[in-house]
Amino acid sequence: MRRPLARTLPALATTLLAPLALSGCGLLGGEEADLQVYSARHYSLEEAFAEFTDETGLTVEFLYGDDAELLERLKAEGADTPADVFMTVDAGMLWNAGEQGVLEPIDSTVLDAAVPEDLRDSDAGWYGLAMRARTVVYDPEKVDPSELDAEDTYAALGDPQWKGRICMRDETASYTQSLVASLIDLHGRDRAQEIVESWVANDVQIMSNDVELLETIDAGGCEVGISNHYYLARLLDEDPDLGVALYWASQDGAGTHVNISGAGVVAGTPSSAEAQQLLEWLATDGQSAFVDGNHELPVNPEVEPEPLVASFGSFERMPVDASAYGSLNAEAVEVLDAAGYR
Amino acid sequence: MTVPAPGLVRPRTRRRLLAAGRPGWSAAVFVAAAVIASPVVAVALGALLQGGLQLPGGVGGMVATTLALTVLVALGTSVLGTGLAWLVSVHEFPGRRVLSWLLVLPLAVPAYILGFVFLSTFDYAGPVQSGLRSVLGEDLGALPVRSLGGATIVLVLTLYPYVYLLVRAALSDLAPTAYDAARTLGASPARAFRTVLLPLARPSLAAGLALVTMEVLTDFATVQYFNVRTVSVGVYLVWKGSFDVASAVSLASLVLLFAVAVLAAERALRGDARYHQRGGRGRGLERRRLIGGQAVAATGACATVAALAFGLPVLRLVTWAASAAAEENPFTDTRFADHLTSSVLVAAIAAATCVVVSVVLAHALRLGGGPWVRAAAQATTFGYAVPGAVVGIGVLALFSAADRLLQALGREDGTGILVTGSVLGILLAYVVRFTAPAYQAVDASFARIPPTVSASALTLGAGPGRLLGRVHLPLARSGVAVALTLVIVDAVKELPLVLLLRPFGFTTLSVWVYELASENFWERAALPALLIVLVAVVPVALTFRNPATRHAR
Amino acid sequence: MMAGVMSTSETATRVATEPALRLRGASKSYAEHDAVRSVDLDIAAGEVLTLIGPSGCGKSTLLRLAAGLERPDAGTVELGGREVAGSRWVPPEKRRVGLVFQDHALFPHLDVATNVAFGLDRLPRAQRGPRVAEVLDLVGLAHVRDRHPHELSGGEQQRVALARALAPCPSLVLLDEPFSSLDENLRAQVRADTLAAIRATGSAAMVVTHDQTEALSLGDRLAVMRDGVVEQVGHPTEVYETPANRFVATFMGDADFLPAHVQRALLTCEIGVVSTVPGWGGSDVHVEVMLRPHEVALRAEASSTAVVERVEYHGAFVLHEVRLASGRTVRSWQQHGVRLEVGTAVDVTVVPGSRPVLLSGDTALTAPPA
Repeated sequence: MRRPLARTLPALATTLLAPLALSGCGLLGGEEADLQVYSARHYSLEEAFAEFTDETGLTVEFLYGDDAELLERLKAEGADTPADVFMTVDAGMLWNAGEQGVLEPIDSTVLDAAVPEDLRDSDAGWYGLAMRARTVVYDPEKVDPSELDAEDTYAALGDPQWKGRICMRDETASYTQSLVASLIDLHGRDRAQEIVESWVANDVQIMSNDVELLETIDAGGCEVGISNHYYLARLLDEDPDLGVALYWASQDGAGTHVNISGAGVVAGTPSSAEAQQLLEWLATDGQSAFVDGNHELPVNPEVEPEPLVASFGSFERMPVDASAYGSLNAEAVEVLDAAGYR
Repeated sequence: MTVPAPGLVRPRTRRRLLAAGRPGWSAAVFVAAAVIASPVVAVALGALLQGGLQLPGGVGGMVATTLALTVLVALGTSVLGTGLAWLVSVHEFPGRRVLSWLLVLPLAVPAYILGFVFLSTFDYAGPVQSGLRSVLGEDLGALPVRSLGGATIVLVLTLYPYVYLLVRAALSDLAPTAYDAARTLGASPARAFRTVLLPLARPSLAAGLALVTMEVLTDFATVQYFNVRTVSVGVYLVWKGSFDVASAVSLASLVLLFAVAVLAAERALRGDARYHQRGGRGRGLERRRLIGGQAVAATGACATVAALAFGLPVLRLVTWAASAAAEENPFTDTRFADHLTSSVLVAAIAAATCVVVSVVLAHALRLGGGPWVRAAAQATTFGYAVPGAVVGIGVLALFSAADRLLQALGREDGTGILVTGSVLGILLAYVVRFTAPAYQAVDASFARIPPTVSASALTLGAGPGRLLGRVHLPLARSGVAVALTLVIVDAVKELPLVLLLRPFGFTTLSVWVYELASENFWERAALPALLIVLVAVVPVALTFRNPATRHAR
Repeated sequence: MMAGVMSTSETATRVATEPALRLRGASKSYAEHDAVRSVDLDIAAGEVLTLIGPSGCGKSTLLRLAAGLERPDAGTVELGGREVAGSRWVPPEKRRVGLVFQDHALFPHLDVATNVAFGLDRLPRAQRGPRVAEVLDLVGLAHVRDRHPHELSGGEQQRVALARALAPCPSLVLLDEPFSSLDENLRAQVRADTLAAIRATGSAAMVVTHDQTEALSLGDRLAVMRDGVVEQVGHPTEVYETPANRFVATFMGDADFLPAHVQRALLTCEIGVVSTVPGWGGSDVHVEVMLRPHEVALRAEASSTAVVERVEYHGAFVLHEVRLASGRTVRSWQQHGVRLEVGTAVDVTVVPGSRPVLLSGDTALTAPPA
């Protein structure tokens, strides 16, 4: 009766300890690269950094994580942080990082020339490097684009004609929060509250990710939704016959809501010159390498988007107000909450 | 003629260990409690200093949702776990032996993976609803998959093995006499189960439920998929939506309050029985052979659960992995070996550490020391009820405080490498989080060693060390094996801690899955996800495959 | 190591003179009640003492204090003249006191020989085997040395537990209700064998029990406990025949109490003259007399006001319960052949030669009250 266990335990122990003996090293982290990046962005990073290394000889290593958590980590580590660059995927978070004082002001004519003014804050120390549009997608078999309101497309989805036909992302997604924050910025909190409530009144279906949302439209589960443009590009890349079309929202009004991925140099890093060099490269020669793989939009007006995204046509974007997105994010959560958006 | 017993006399069931205590071992318990509590205390203190404990709006709804989800999952896992344990322990039916350990395997499937698989299978665009629509027409409407009900189903399917394992172990250990007595008194098998076996298995059920509810309380990823707003989801929402760490921590302490309530309930449920399972050293129950429809139903029930909770996710993952592999050969990717090693390494070290801590706790308690030592040992289990990211922040805060202290004491580089993220930080965080399940398992084994056996060894001249090595460890080794398994499984699945605390160049399978999944690359995430399941299945299979290998004999 | 050897031999030389166990003012209380209250107790070298009392009286706590499993709140514990608790503290593993539990507490994962050898780790390796064989012989279990505990009967387990406790030659063995888990028909034999084995090793022993017959027949001396206090210590006949108080009187055997009167050394009560009380010539006091059933004689007598109320057949003897005119009852053992019908009027007397115990209040009187 005890035999099997007596045999199991050593076997278990051996299974466990074998890798220990094999590895031995690596416990305290690998060898250091010239630049170390805390990044909430994962996509295309390896390829872009490899290209940067080829061109400059500087090696780059990155640690992927959630941006709010990485920010806490930066704050806790203080001067001991190994990070030279902090990269996030949200304008509000960039602003917040600036507010928390973890970034170093940058003086770079290259960056100032490459990145439009609303997508950077050189005093606070951050620059937008890639742009994504959060716009309307629809089922072309059931929806004629002319039915969509060109002035304020987002708000108009609360019109009773869309009842039972719309789907959107959940409230925990920063995409949703930042969109609502921009609506508060644009219309004031009361109007934003009305808009969100009108979505809820239209029985909006809540999805936990954009791909699922797009696939649901394709399958006929809903007719109009709000998604990042690059998810649609990605799905179209895999399946050109996908039954979902893109509509640039609010072109007769405030423009389509966009948000940015961006980065800043970590305050106190001994490698600030190299870190700045990396940001400059990403905003200029590295733009395509940085944004194309994920079908994102370049921030640098000199750089063309990749063909699939270009095929969506050009559009007017809503100016990015990072401080508003950041400071209004909490209000956006409250608005979503109060409206019963879930 | 009979002398009235003095009113002060307690029943003889009072727990009697060795009340003399051992200062060294008791001190070890306090040190463990301090180390495990300190990250959580560090965060709470930080939040207090930053702005006091403040609860954001909408807490009432979150608390209600948390209560509802916890109760539903507790009920579901009780019914499923106990029912299945009863089926395989008391009955004989085709496939029972294989099914009885297949039913443990869902333990190896992370809830966040099952949750995603479940959604992608049953949501509007998924194969099930698409299939139904093609048969029944388009007017079917959408099934409410993304709901409290959906979250409950997924959590029950991933968490029932805790209850199943512990109750099955208790049932296989019971003396058949009580059950037989009930049967001869005319009770149906079901009634004998309800009135005799269940009360006897109650402590194990309580222990299993405690683990289940703590998992539910701290779960974030799964419930978020299902749009269920528990307090833990609130923690992330407030933290990441409002950049308000102080409020997030206040919410996290609310989760901790829930956990305290759960543990108090567990103690009440366990009652005195916890220390008096000596009656149950029987050879197990005689199994009743089911025939005909009953046999089919029993086999079917077990197979369905195993298929839903293990077969379905594995099948989906394999399908995805195959389609991803069709595009590029994944096995040329050196990251597999790399990340696999990291996962196994950190899980193995964490498991060993947690088990050592648990054995020290259980052994020290057996040596006595009084209520303070017991309270300290209990305190080591609360880390399980703190959301992973909060523990992570706590560890960071703790290390940076240690660093500042060292610098103040004149060491210029302070703790140096410790602060800047190292596997040491992850290990500490794992010990904080996972001592609870390890301790539950080890403690259950220790509880079955009669105190008189420990006392006999001492009076025969064995000091605490020899008592541990020659008596306690050999007798508790099944609990140790279970503890190792539970921590390995938990640690391999663990995401938020590693994500937050890992050093550069250190990526585990779960982080990799997260990297890919957060960009919605499900097909490419499938292979590493399968590897997680595989790594977790190995110890689960080793420990629980053999029916003679019982938890905590 | 050297110190250990020294103290062992030191103990050995003292054994002859010092008591194996000496408690002075030993007290131990748990959260809400006193388990042991200021107990003084000596066990001489080689002596067997039984400790009896109702459950919860503190007898197990007393044993645990001696073994070192509990630490006294106050008072001292000495073993063979060496203080082990009080101003210093010696943990149980350094006391070398043998301990046998009711559940035998054998190590289930070790075979019998390894169980018995467990306490012999300080003995040179070569001597362990012979010592194990020796003690297993002593308890008559040489043939089970390779078996595991679960393969043994309850009686065998008990004897292995005893052998294991005796193997390291402790000067004191403590037995906590060692026979109560055994079948009734086994018990007498195991009890006798146990006692013989203990006597053979010359160890002193303290046997905790709640069985009166066992307490009276087993030991050299008997201690009765109640509520954490030792009520009486003495030779079994002394405790049974001259109990110190009402509690000891009733706890050690059946007893009935009748109001009585002593005048000029003559003890009378409801049933008439009981006996003379030498030395009480000058007394004229009201007391109570304790009558044990074997001291009460019955004779059918139609004119008597006392009536048989209940008859219990016990085999060799028959217990009769008789209601007296006052309404009080007394019990009487009658020979196997005597069975009076319920309702029979009987004359109740005291068996000639009895010297019943007198009480004033709850305390037994050994001399006329002042």
